[in-house]
Amino acid sequence: MSIDLINEARRQTEICNACRYCEGFCSVFPALTRNKMFTDGDITHLANLCHNCRGCYYSCQYTAPHEFDLNFPAALAEVRQDSWERHAWPQPLARRFHESGVAVAAVLIVGFVVLFGMLQTFRPASGEGFYAYLAHGAMVSLFLPAFLLPLLSVIIGLRSYWQEIGGTRIRWSHIKGAGLAAARLKNLDGGQGQGCNFEHEDRYSNTRRWLHQAVMYGFLLCFAATSAGTVMHYVFDMPAPYGLFSLPKLLGVPGGVLLTVGCVGLAWLKTKADPSLGAARVWGGEMAFIALLGGTGATGLALYAATGTALVPVLLAVHLGFVLVFFLLLPFTKMIHGFFRFVTLIVEEQKRGA
Amino acid sequence: MNSDVLKGPWDIVVVGGGNAALCAAITSAEEGARVLILESAPKTYRGGNSRHTRNFRCMHEGPLSVLTDSYGEDEYFDDLMLVTKGKTDEPLARLAIRSSEECLPWMEAHGVRFQPSLSGTLSLSRTNAFFLGGGKALVNAYYNTAEDLGVTVVYDAEVTHVHIEGDRFTHLEAQVGGKSHRIEAKAVVLASGGFQSNLEWLTRAWGPAAANFLIRGTPYNKGAVLRDMLDQGCESVGDPTQCHAVAIDGRAPKFDGGIVTRLDCVPFSIVVNRDAERFYDEGEDVWPKRYAIWGRLVAAQPDQVGYAIIDSKSIDLFMPSVFPPNRADTIEELGAQMGLDGVKLAATVSEFNKACRTGRFHPTELDGLATEGLAQPKTNWARPIDTPPYYGYQLRPGVTFTYLGLKVSETAQVHTASGPLSNVWAAGEIMAGSILGQGYLAGFGMTIGTVFGRIAGREAAAYVN
Ligand SMILES: Cc1cc2nc3c(=O)[nH]c(=O)nc-3n(C[C@H](O)[C@H](O)[C@H](O)COP(=O)(O)OP(=O)(O)OC[C@H]3O[C@@H](n4cnc5c(N)ncnc54)[C@H](O)[C@@H]3O)c2cc1C
Ligand code: SF4
Ligand code: SF4
Repeated sequence: MSIDLINEARRQTEICNACRYCEGFCSVFPALTRNKMFTDGDITHLANLCHNCRGCYYSCQYTAPHEFDLNFPAALAEVRQDSWERHAWPQPLARRFHESGVAVAAVLIVGFVVLFGMLQTFRPASGEGFYAYLAHGAMVSLFLPAFLLPLLSVIIGLRSYWQEIGGTRIRWSHIKGAGLAAARLKNLDGGQGQGCNFEHEDRYSNTRRWLHQAVMYGFLLCFAATSAGTVMHYVFDMPAPYGLFSLPKLLGVPGGVLLTVGCVGLAWLKTKADPSLGAARVWGGEMAFIALLGGTGATGLALYAATGTALVPVLLAVHLGFVLVFFLLLPFTKMIHGFFRFVTLIVEEQKRGA
Repeated sequence: MNSDVLKGPWDIVVVGGGNAALCAAITSAEEGARVLILESAPKTYRGGNSRHTRNFRCMHEGPLSVLTDSYGEDEYFDDLMLVTKGKTDEPLARLAIRSSEECLPWMEAHGVRFQPSLSGTLSLSRTNAFFLGGGKALVNAYYNTAEDLGVTVVYDAEVTHVHIEGDRFTHLEAQVGGKSHRIEAKAVVLASGGFQSNLEWLTRAWGPAAANFLIRGTPYNKGAVLRDMLDQGCESVGDPTQCHAVAIDGRAPKFDGGIVTRLDCVPFSIVVNRDAERFYDEGEDVWPKRYAIWGRLVAAQPDQVGYAIIDSKSIDLFMPSVFPPNRADTIEELGAQMGLDGVKLAATVSEFNKACRTGRFHPTELDGLATEGLAQPKTNWARPIDTPPYYGYQLRPGVTFTYLGLKVSETAQVHTASGPLSNVWAAGEIMAGSILGQGYLAGFGMTIGTVFGRIAGREAAAYVN
């Protein structure tokens, strides 16, 4: 299966290498002109450099019905998707959640049930804020493994991906270069700031870039808020609840808003774009993932808004259910792309230097 | 398509949907004219040969957008004289050259994006501005701009006749959706390209050999409008029996193979014909200066085919090819793979190898490393072909465009023997023969189309307003 995908992408890569008209769109083309022959690892590396901006599809003179049948964004998307699944650990979980929105929803429901159950079972006699509904110890014993196990899985996957694409010893300059490219989502700017060809076919637009930026920074802010809370709890002995002008809230509220708005926007854009220019088989799974991520942000905000009302226990269970499932499925959903992309950018820095 | 749109009323109808047509349509629409574009290709193949281009040649007094340094009018004109051997209309040529400078900002303002010279083409970074994404991206940008200006585009619309009465165009006939339609407008701009994809016409001009030619660009440029205008007494320019042809990969598709089928290996190979014999100096000059003659050279060989033979020393010295080469460990085997007499090919190679001298080999400049004592010498880059594996590419003539076109004035008006037609303008390949009487200057086709497309659009709009 995957060798067919790689061969097809290689066929198209070789045509692009003889053409090079798209050189200015993104870092994929400058990377491919380094070679005349492409190993499987080279192709996987190129695929993970691609952001599916589609500039190279709409400007290609060889798309179907031309016999060269170029659809470079889709060919790379298939290889990329396959690479996330091939390197996923444990393997039995590799494909299901990418492909099936229903599977994601099912796990989510299980997540809710577990949380409601825990709220029933572990309701403490006393406690403040959320800990009035769910004992602190119970919360930790659930979320610590739910965070660490996926992290372990990601590390295992990345190690094997690293070997496939030929990563070498990391230097600080590699990380810096990769970090800068990622922070600005440089490659989504279309090469000149005009953006991608996503929702308006051959017209450029920056909407996708801005929405993705909102999601990425929204997520990072939420993550920072949680981390800040953890540090305040354990290091400074300042347990939740926190007021509006506390670090967790100052980070978390804007983060939640960005995350929610960004996810709604990305889902809407996805309905406008042509699915045949991406990995079509995972369309449903990707949509479910966007809902999962956006739901995590939205329920977090709702929970905060409901402070002091009778809705808190229900919303707490729902929000924690989202968070739990988001982390558990992290290595097996679109979320994994961030990790692969970052590693790819590091390796690209290395290959460019070499 | 609702055929009611064809009824208009239209001020200007533009025939064709490539660069020249779009520049004309946009310019007239900006002047307030109601414009209809009739493009014979379906939407997916819109844009004629323009969709295959990568750059245009632009005069500039100092650094301009992606262009480095400066490229003045006289140097540009000298370059043109060199390739056309003087076969050009100087006032028109200078008009095109001078106007090219203001074209670049105009193109950017209408959606075209430029990128620095592509890797492997650094020699053009001063003279030629490359389109980001190539010609199809340019064409897309122009269609979007035209649409925003209210221009109507009808695809699958082949114009079959442009009716002239006296010195005036009255209406035209077009096949749209399988039906013949009569379309009226106050003026017409003809921008339907050359006739290079009309194999019958090529065969008349070239003889049966033309059956083996490959057409590098669109199959829709059949010259129907050009033929029709010539039949109605319009004056022509350019040699009717010549076309611009380069040697391309013999395995390329019959039409629309575009840029990727080119092969840059000739200077580092020997090229033999069907009978495994060499027929021309492969090392005469640097490749950008020689690649355009190889189409005709191969066309003159039996069966219109050539074979470039190369060894592993040189395989990485040129841009990658779209199809992998044939490959073998002995010359005999390689010849057999390619359908040649392997023993004879080996003899040709060994005769060539014996004539090679030692000396400094320099791939990017004339190194003077020539053969000695051969009836058919190779005057540069002559290194023995002796390091397996050996590689081979089949070469065929690939036609880029034809030279025959309509004669126009400096205002792009089409002429008959008794003077200009009052409401007919022409732009692009259909009139390029005035300026490019022979040879080719990389990037000049798009310059001619942009300059004269804008002139035609401006003049036609002034006429109807
Ligand atoms: C592979 C290749 C690469 C090239 N690269 C370059 C380059 O980098 N730079 C450069 O300057 N030049 C290049 N050229 C030359 C360049 O393509 C032409 O000079 C230029 O595109 C001509 O523009 P045009 O608008 O006159 O014709 P075209 O772009 O060919 O447009 C003609 C249009 O007319 C339509 N048409 C034809 N007949 C009819 C009819 N009867 N009714 C209605 N519509 C009709 C066609 O469908 C087409 O849309 C290249 C050519 C080829 C083949
Ligand atoms: S996608 Fe098409 S136009 Fe772009 S480099 Fe590849 S072959 Fe050329
Ligand atoms: S889709 Fe965009 S990012 Fe991907 S290869 Fe094409 S131009 Fe580059």
